[in-house]
Amino acid sequence: MKPFDIPQNDYMYSGHVGCPGCGAAIAMKFALKALGEKTIIVMPACCWGVMSGSHPQTALKVPILHTAFASGAAAASGLRAALDMRGDTETTVMTWAGDGGTFDIGFQALSGAVERNEDFIYACYDNEAYMNTGVQRSSATPAGARTTTTPGKDWKRTRKKNIVEALAAHRITYAATASIAFPEDMILKFKKAKSLKGGSRFIHIFASCPTGWRMPSEMSVKIARLAVRTNLFPLYEVEEGVRYTLNYTGDRPVKDYLKLQGRFAHLTDQDMDAIQKMVDEDWKQLQKKI
Amino acid sequence: MKKVLEGSHAVSEAVKLARVRVVSAYPITPQTHIVEAISEACAEGSLDARFICVESEHSAMAAAIGASSGGVRTFTATSSQGLAYMHELLHWASGARLPIVMAEVNRALAPGWNIWMDQTDSLAQRDTGWIQLYCEDGQEVLDTTLMAFRLAEEVNLPVMVVLDAFFLSHTWEPVDVPDRESADRFLPAFFPRVVVDTANPCNMGQMSPPGVYMEMRHSVQMAMQMAGECLNETEDAFYRVFNRKYGRIEQHLCEDAEIVLVAAGTAVGVCREVVSGLREEGEKVGLLKIRLFRPFPSKIVSEVLKRARKVAVIDRNCSFGVGGIFAQEIKAALFNSDHRPGVYSYIAGLGGRDITPDTVREIYRITRNTEKPEPESVWIGLRPDE
Ligand SMILES: Cc1ncc(C[n+]2csc(CCOP(=O)(O)OP(=O)(O)O)c2C)c(N)n1
Ligand SMILES: [Mg+2]
Repeated sequence: MKPFDIPQNDYMYSGHVGCPGCGAAIAMKFALKALGEKTIIVMPACCWGVMSGSHPQTALKVPILHTAFASGAAAASGLRAALDMRGDTETTVMTWAGDGGTFDIGFQALSGAVERNEDFIYACYDNEAYMNTGVQRSSATPAGARTTTTPGKDWKRTRKKNIVEALAAHRITYAATASIAFPEDMILKFKKAKSLKGGSRFIHIFASCPTGWRMPSEMSVKIARLAVRTNLFPLYEVEEGVRYTLNYTGDRPVKDYLKLQGRFAHLTDQDMDAIQKMVDEDWKQLQKKI
Repeated sequence: MKKVLEGSHAVSEAVKLARVRVVSAYPITPQTHIVEAISEACAEGSLDARFICVESEHSAMAAAIGASSGGVRTFTATSSQGLAYMHELLHWASGARLPIVMAEVNRALAPGWNIWMDQTDSLAQRDTGWIQLYCEDGQEVLDTTLMAFRLAEEVNLPVMVVLDAFFLSHTWEPVDVPDRESADRFLPAFFPRVVVDTANPCNMGQMSPPGVYMEMRHSVQMAMQMAGECLNETEDAFYRVFNRKYGRIEQHLCEDAEIVLVAAGTAVGVCREVVSGLREEGEKVGLLKIRLFRPFPSKIVSEVLKRARKVAVIDRNCSFGVGGIFAQEIKAALFNSDHRPGVYSYIAGLGGRDITPDTVREIYRITRNTEKPEPESVWIGLRPDE
C-alpha cells in the first residue's frame, strides 16, 4: 500500500463513555474522517448508542438518529427516502451497528434493505458479542470463545457467521472488511463506499473489545492486527457480490492471536488446532474466489 | 366529486390528496388494497412519493420513523399481526414526537388465523402514544385520513386511523372525494419542527437517564392532552372547506335517553338503525359513538352519559381477564362523576361475526331488563354447548 495521509479533520469530540481501548471508538473516528461532515448516522441499540452520549450531550459532530435494535437498515431506508424527496442527494446515510444488531436481530432488515439496493452505507463494528448488555454471545462470536451465555465448558463450538459472504450473495454493490489496526485501508474503503453512491454498501469492521475479550486495554490494536495477520479476519473487498480483492495475506498461526485473550484461555492445544483448521478452510474458500 | 369507492381506496385517495412523500408498508389482508393503490399512484406519477416495499411491518414503521425524522410527510398502513409486529416502534414514533399517519384496518389476531373484523389489535396498542380515531363509513375514512395529517403535524404525535376489516375496507360506498385545490387549502405543506440535519448535528433519541426521561414522557402526555382540542380545531378548519365534521364523539338522541348504547366503528351504523326503531316503539334510548379513542374524551363522555340511567357498551374486542376495552374506558371516565349510570359491558362480533340489528336489540333488552350490570362482560351470540 502507498504511503497515505490520514485526514486531519475529526468528527468525534474528545470525549465519549466507551471503555479504555474500545475498538469501536477507533473505528468511528476513522470512518468519519473518510465520510466527512455531510453524513447522518443511524444507530440501533449497541455500545455506541451509549457511547455517543446521554441527553443532552453528543460525542459526534454529525447528526445521530437512534433507532430500535432491529431496525438500523430500515430506519436508514426511510431517512434516505426523505432526503431524496427533499432533493438532498449529497448527504451520506450510514447505519452504524454492532454485530448483534447486524448478524442477529437486525439481519432481516439489513437483508431487505440490501435486496432493495437502498442507497446507504451499513457499517458493522464487530466486537463479537453483545457487549452493551454484558458480553453475551452473538452469531458473530467465534468458535472457541467464552461469553456470559457460553460460559465454562459450554464455550461456543459453532462458527462465526460469515456476514460478508451472506451479503455478497445479495449481490450487494460493495462489501468490504476492515480493521482498526489498518486505518489507511479502512479509510480507503469508507471513501470508496462513499463514492459508490447509488447502491447498498457494507463495511464489516473488526473492532476489539478489551472488556469483553478479557485482555488489557492497550492490546486492542495489537489483537486486531493479529486477527488479520493470522488470516482469521482477512481484509478483502467484494464488488457486485462477485469481484473479490484480497488486501492482505497473513502468515501467523492463529494460536498467537488466541493466547492473548482471556475469552480463549480455556482452549487446549487440540482445540486451538481445530480452530486453526477452520481458519485454514475459510482462507482456502476465500482464495478460490479471488 | 362523488365517486363509488372502497373504504381502502378512501384512505389511498386521502393519502394522495395529502401529498405524502414517503410511504413504507408491508402487505397484510385486509390492508392490501390501500397500499396497492398508493404504489400504483407512485408508479404512474399521480403521487410524487417514494414507496418503500419493506420486508416486514417492524421495518415499515422503522422506515416511516426514519422518513419522518428526515422531515417529510409519511404514511403507512397495516392490520392485526402487522400492527402487533410494529409494537416496539409504535412507542418509538410517539416518543420521538413524529407526525406519522397510519391506516389500521381492524382485524382479528391469531390463533386461529382470522382476517375479519375485530378491534383487539388496535386497542391493544392504546398505551403506545398514538392518537386513535375510529371510522363509521367510507366518507369518514377519507375525511379522517386527511384530517389526521393536519392533527398529527399540529401536536407532533402519530395518528392511527382505524377502519373495520371488510365492513369498511372492502365495502363500496359513494364518497365525496375533495378536489386538489380544496385539499391543499385544508392541509398546508408540511413544515417539520425537528429534522435530522447535517447543518445542525443533534443526537436524537439517545440515552436519556432518570434526570430527563420523565420530562420527555410528560411532554408526550401534554401533547396528548392537547390533541382533543386540536382535533376540534382541525375539524373546524375541515368544516370551513368541506362542510363536514364528526366530532370526538357523536351523541344521537341522548338528551332524554334512559339507556345509552355506546359503540365505535361500523357497529355504530347498526346501532343507529336500532335506536331509531326502538324510539318509534317508545323506548327512551340513545347512542354514543366514540370516534376519538386516544386521547380518550373522558370529560364529554361523562357529560353525555351522566343523564342516562344505564349505559350499554358494545365491544368488538376483549382484554382477557377484564373484558370489553371501551367499557373499561367508559367506567373510568364516569368514576369521578357525580352521577354514575350502571355500565353494562357486552362483547359481540369478534373475528368478523356480524353485529346485526338483532344483536343490538338483544343487548338493549338485556340492559333494560337487568337491574344491575354483571360483574363480567356479557358475551352476546355465543354458540351453545361450546
Ligand atoms: C429488541 C431489543 N432486544 C434487546 C435489547 C437489548 N440490547 C441492547 S444493546 C444489545 C446488544 C448489542 O450488541 P451489538 O449489536 O453486538 O453491539 P455492542 O453492544 O456489542 O456494541 C442488546 C441485546 C434491545 N435494546 N432491544
Ligand atoms: Mg457486539
